[in-house]
Amino acid sequence: MGTTLRLVARRLWQLLPIVMFATLVVFLLLQLVPGDPALILAGDYASKERIEEIRQLYGFDRPLIVQYLSWFLNVLHGDLGTSLLSGAPVLELIMQRMPNTVLIAVYSLIIAAVVGITLGVLAATRVGSRVDAFVTSTASLGVALPSFWLAILLVATFALQLHLFPATGARPFTVNPGDAIRHATLPAVALAVGVIAELARQTRSALIEVLSSQYVRTLRAKGLGPMAILWKHGLRNISVTLLTLLGLAVNRLFSGAVVIEAVFAIPGAGSLVAYSAINKDFPVVQGTVLMFAVIVILVNLTVDILNALLDPRVAEE
Amino acid sequence: MSTETSVAKEAVAKGPTAAARHSLWRVIRRDPRAVVSLGYLALLLAVSLFAAQIAPYSPIEQNVAELLMPPSPAHWLGTDDLGRDVLSRLIWGAPNSLYASALAVSVAIAIGVPVGVVIGFLGGWLDEVVSRFIDALLSFPPIVLAIAVTGALGIGLTNAMLSVGIVFAPVLARIVRAQTLVVRQALYVDAARAFGASTPQIVVRHILPNAIQPVIVQVTLMLAIALLAEASLSFLALGVQPPAASWGGMLARAYNYIEIAPAQMYTPGLAILFTALAFNALGESLRVALDPTMKRR
Repeated sequence: MGTTLRLVARRLWQLLPIVMFATLVVFLLLQLVPGDPALILAGDYASKERIEEIRQLYGFDRPLIVQYLSWFLNVLHGDLGTSLLSGAPVLELIMQRMPNTVLIAVYSLIIAAVVGITLGVLAATRVGSRVDAFVTSTASLGVALPSFWLAILLVATFALQLHLFPATGARPFTVNPGDAIRHATLPAVALAVGVIAELARQTRSALIEVLSSQYVRTLRAKGLGPMAILWKHGLRNISVTLLTLLGLAVNRLFSGAVVIEAVFAIPGAGSLVAYSAINKDFPVVQGTVLMFAVIVILVNLTVDILNALLDPRVAEE
Repeated sequence: MSTETSVAKEAVAKGPTAAARHSLWRVIRRDPRAVVSLGYLALLLAVSLFAAQIAPYSPIEQNVAELLMPPSPAHWLGTDDLGRDVLSRLIWGAPNSLYASALAVSVAIAIGVPVGVVIGFLGGWLDEVVSRFIDALLSFPPIVLAIAVTGALGIGLTNAMLSVGIVFAPVLARIVRAQTLVVRQALYVDAARAFGASTPQIVVRHILPNAIQPVIVQVTLMLAIALLAEASLSFLALGVQPPAASWGGMLARAYNYIEIAPAQMYTPGLAILFTALAFNALGESLRVALDPTMKRR
């Protein structure tokens, strides 16, 4: 247990520069905007006094590094600024909408893990068969399929024609889990397909490599059944790879969620970013982007720690 | 350390790049999927270049007498909600999509390759700092960051694809850095240095040509991701601006009228799918062609 604690401490220490740089990237986003930031933040119809007030408030006359540090200190205190459009605190807006995004992302991750890994295992244990050919070609198709187009097709079929699922909207999971899941099903499936394809492909190639190794040949020779080999040795050996892939998938799912939320009119954090970017509500854009990055960094940290618990060799690295 | 040197030795053994280029074409020619993909992409490029001649109608001319018409001899794919010919808009979407993919990937190459070579070659604290910065950039969901950068730069296709390129650059930088670390140790680099070659000469003459192979594969696959990103951003109204035609934008409009004119949601989606499939198939074929361990199988 002591080694695990040491590992967590070391990983957290390694995360520090990454978190600093991530906040720097978010801070510098505003510097990309052409023109005077005070004018932009004041909005289109601001008075001279208001612009001056904003200039004082953000301290745009100070050196960039000072501006960054004071912004960073505010962020540490949970102050992400206020929305230019609604005047609401940015953190509040994100907290209202992030649960919807997290629900479809988690739901989608579960679907992708179950279906993707199963397909990968089926293909890897039957290399060259029809099943393998089916999985391999479906995976190529899945990687190239635009998820929002699939989402539109799903709406057309399962919502508008068959009336099996609602076409739009989201319900809070905490109020009525069943209804929330019904609303999240089509978005989660549309989002999952790309990840299923990637997972099936990677599971297949990783498992083929393990199953063709020397020690598996030895296990076969001593008479161990194929199922025992698969479960005890095959899957256990690729578990670190699979966990790492699932961690990376989270980043991808958040990326896809932006468009999927637009298709299903889900008030999530992804649609918040798109809406705010179009309407030049930069504090909201900055806050939401930062929140996404923080979640991704925490997920990667968790994956690192779980990997170290699964495989002591990872911890030693 | 020892694995790095053995990989480096293998890189030396691979021989001159001219021969590699020759065998590259041989391998692609033998892969039917790659040939079909190349053919499709060549056709798409031709359509893009001669869109004005091929398209039966103007892509932006509206006709209020014919709104959301089903396919007919006059309009093979029907008309959209403003009475514009869908086939003509599909054809004009091709140059926008190819321009978008090429621009994003060019930006990624222009930033990612030099950064990767410099930090990989020089190493030290610069490598340490820039690598952490790359890690930080890769912590952002790519489309989310691209949308944020587009919002800051200003909405529109060129800015959107500049943003996508900026978001892709760290991926290439990381690959090029790793490759440079390997090549830097090669004997021929030592030899070149012993003969008095300067650092820029070594980088341009030896490091770049030998570190570039995995980049070629990655860049081809990236064209597909860039295409999907353009479609997504145009669907969200952050990319191609109306009235210009784009496949993603066409899907956004078709979706609004999905119950009146359901047929319109198929062709733009298929165009995106086929083009992304073609880039991917080509990338996979190049991977096999360039990877000596896969060729032997």
